[in-house]
Amino acid sequence: MPPDFIAAWLNRNEIFTAMTIMEYWDGMVTTVQLVFLCLIIGLAFAVPLAILRTVKNPFVSGPVWLYTYIFRGTPLLIQLYIIYYGVAQIPGIQETFWWEIFREPFYPALLAFTLNTCAYTTEIIRGAIISTPHGEIEAAKAYGMNWIMRMRRIVLPSAARRAVQAYSNEVIFMLHSSAIASVVTIVDLTGAARNIYSRFYAPFDAFIFVALCYMVLTFILVFVFRKIENHLLRHQRPVGS
Amino acid sequence: MKKLMIAASCALAMLTSGAHADERNLRIAFDVPYEPFEYKDENGDLTGFEVDLAAAMCEEMKADCEFVIQAWDGMIPGLLARKFDLIMSSMSITPERAERVLFSEPYYNTPGGWFGPDSFNADVTDVSAMKGKTVGVQRGTTMDTFVTEEMSGVVTIKRYTTADDMVLDLEGQRLDVVFVDYPVGEQTVLSKDGFKEVGEAVKLGEGVGVAMRKRDKDVAEEVNKALRKLKEDGTYDAIMKKYFAYDVKV
Repeated sequence: MPPDFIAAWLNRNEIFTAMTIMEYWDGMVTTVQLVFLCLIIGLAFAVPLAILRTVKNPFVSGPVWLYTYIFRGTPLLIQLYIIYYGVAQIPGIQETFWWEIFREPFYPALLAFTLNTCAYTTEIIRGAIISTPHGEIEAAKAYGMNWIMRMRRIVLPSAARRAVQAYSNEVIFMLHSSAIASVVTIVDLTGAARNIYSRFYAPFDAFIFVALCYMVLTFILVFVFRKIENHLLRHQRPVGS
Repeated sequence: MKKLMIAASCALAMLTSGAHADERNLRIAFDVPYEPFEYKDENGDLTGFEVDLAAAMCEEMKADCEFVIQAWDGMIPGLLARKFDLIMSSMSITPERAERVLFSEPYYNTPGGWFGPDSFNADVTDVSAMKGKTVGVQRGTTMDTFVTEEMSGVVTIKRYTTADDMVLDLEGQRLDVVFVDYPVGEQTVLSKDGFKEVGEAVKLGEGVGVAMRKRDKDVAEEVNKALRKLKEDGTYDAIMKKYFAYDVKV
């Protein structure tokens, strides 16, 4: 039960009614689902791809390079248009089981976002992997560790420490990029704001409120990443602090 | 020298204000292209039903009019920011918009039409028959309001910014049926093979009015007077016949 003064304030205005607040809430849930899923899937694929990208054999690293080049070299909006509207134009697609997936806007958007964030994350992790100090690898070799053990025990943990700051940026960018999901009829936070804006023609009320929602989400992300950084980089803290 | 310049500019100001004392300057905004209401012909000249009507109205009001092109999203903000004085760009009169702007009496009302593939056979007037269907509308239109109020919870509503994106999804079978302004549907959907009009076209809302700033009550009075005159003396009918095969007069 909200306090009386909030209820009184809500009664007096036309834009923040219980109904529009619910629309914003549903939009927030959609945004969080979409961004969370694409980040998790993107990260899960990015780690092996980043390792493949550092392999010397060009037949292994080449395709990964091409993939990251294509998805980092084109705007996410274009990728989303191609995957959402383009796929629907393939003759006969409506009769295949793929249509069950591509019919709803959620999965094409999830696919586009995942491919995009995965490409960026691959490059972030690759950068961290190739900047592993040579001495660490030599020491690991001297201990008789094989390639897999070196990766697991030395290279990846030390790369994770170097990648986490850049990756937190990528996560925040992804949250903000997800605003374009509203162009393919997904009612995310931005979609809810656009619907409400077009109903009441009050751009400030609709968009400033939604901007605040994104800021709250960003604040939570920053907080979580600070905790992760503190954990991963605890060896850098001064002794005794 | 300075005094002379001030004197000269004062004289100039008096001259110009004197010349236009009985002539009102009005800037009228249109969002083009929106055939047949406002669009550019092959010579690049602004034309269309609303443009012709606006010109006739200006003549009736003895006003000096300038036509401005403005994208739809910035229409009301632009009006309130005084970038122009009137909107004559198929803006339907709704209570929400009337909170922000002052509307004249309606000057036309086109019906909303249901359009779907040839295979579509549900009765659009029967809400229960529409259960589970996916309906496309343009965001913020009177058709959007109608579907939201009458059918939300029964059908899935998808809202689009442009009619083009909506028609793409209708072709791609993501939508079962669309509910759009009749002239738009006629041009975008009916022009394609395999699509038809479903059920009867419905007149929704009060129609389209000239939008003005709330404080411009005197302009509204003149606009209403001019529109009433045009509707009575046959000018309106002549312009309407030029662009429509059906009746849009209110």
